[in-house]
Amino acid sequence: MKLLYFAWLRSRIGVAEERVEAPDTVRTVGDLLAWLPTRGPAYAQALADPSVIRVAVNHDYAGPDRTLNAGDEVALFPPVTGG
Amino acid sequence: MIRVQAESFDPGAELSGFVRSCGSGTGGIASFTGLVRDDGAPRLVALTLDHYPGMTERQLAKIEAEARARWPLTATLIIHRHGRMLPGEPIVLVAAASPHRRAALEACAFLIDWLKTKAPFWKLEETEAGAEWVAAKASDDAAAARWQGHLPGADRDSR
Repeated sequence: MKLLYFAWLRSRIGVAEERVEAPDTVRTVGDLLAWLPTRGPAYAQALADPSVIRVAVNHDYAGPDRTLNAGDEVALFPPVTGG
Repeated sequence: MIRVQAESFDPGAELSGFVRSCGSGTGGIASFTGLVRDDGAPRLVALTLDHYPGMTERQLAKIEAEARARWPLTATLIIHRHGRMLPGEPIVLVAAASPHRRAALEACAFLIDWLKTKAPFWKLEETEAGAEWVAAKASDDAAAARWQGHLPGADRDSR
């Protein structure tokens, strides 16, 4: 699937977007948030506090139970601050 | 109408155009203009708005549709900028037109309150002391939450 990062998540992880092959055990948004920190210290540090991470799947907000598919575009970002 | 753009805009000219376009059934228009604010300590040099192209337009369309489902609106306008801007420049303009003032005023407040907590924009403040991402405010969440269940049309986001 395609992953995108915004705001300080992008600077802390060090990339704006990437394609990842997640293990078969990653079936939901919650599984993804548990797996990503195992990819390296930058991920572990950026995703350390789940309360400040929001997730969108294919441009809509998604909760931890949302099922993921291989072709999904998944974005991770902090709470929004527009307006 | 929804516009997401890097270019600056003239809030007065945009509002004039909106007034002319919103139709003869309109009796009142309420608007909100958000500007780049310099709190002064440390002095703000510039503000950069990051956004998520594609999701931004989709979420703004949902917010606009939600307002139209809740109030009898004849027209709505949302203009939001992204990219780098200077103190005093406009960031956002929202306007709601309705046959009567109450609906226009409430819908305008709803549009900006929901936009601030749902549209994927992030502010990076560039001050004399360095650059820092702005943290979300609990007061913005509270402002948006007061519209939950306010009128028919429940929040359909799973957020």
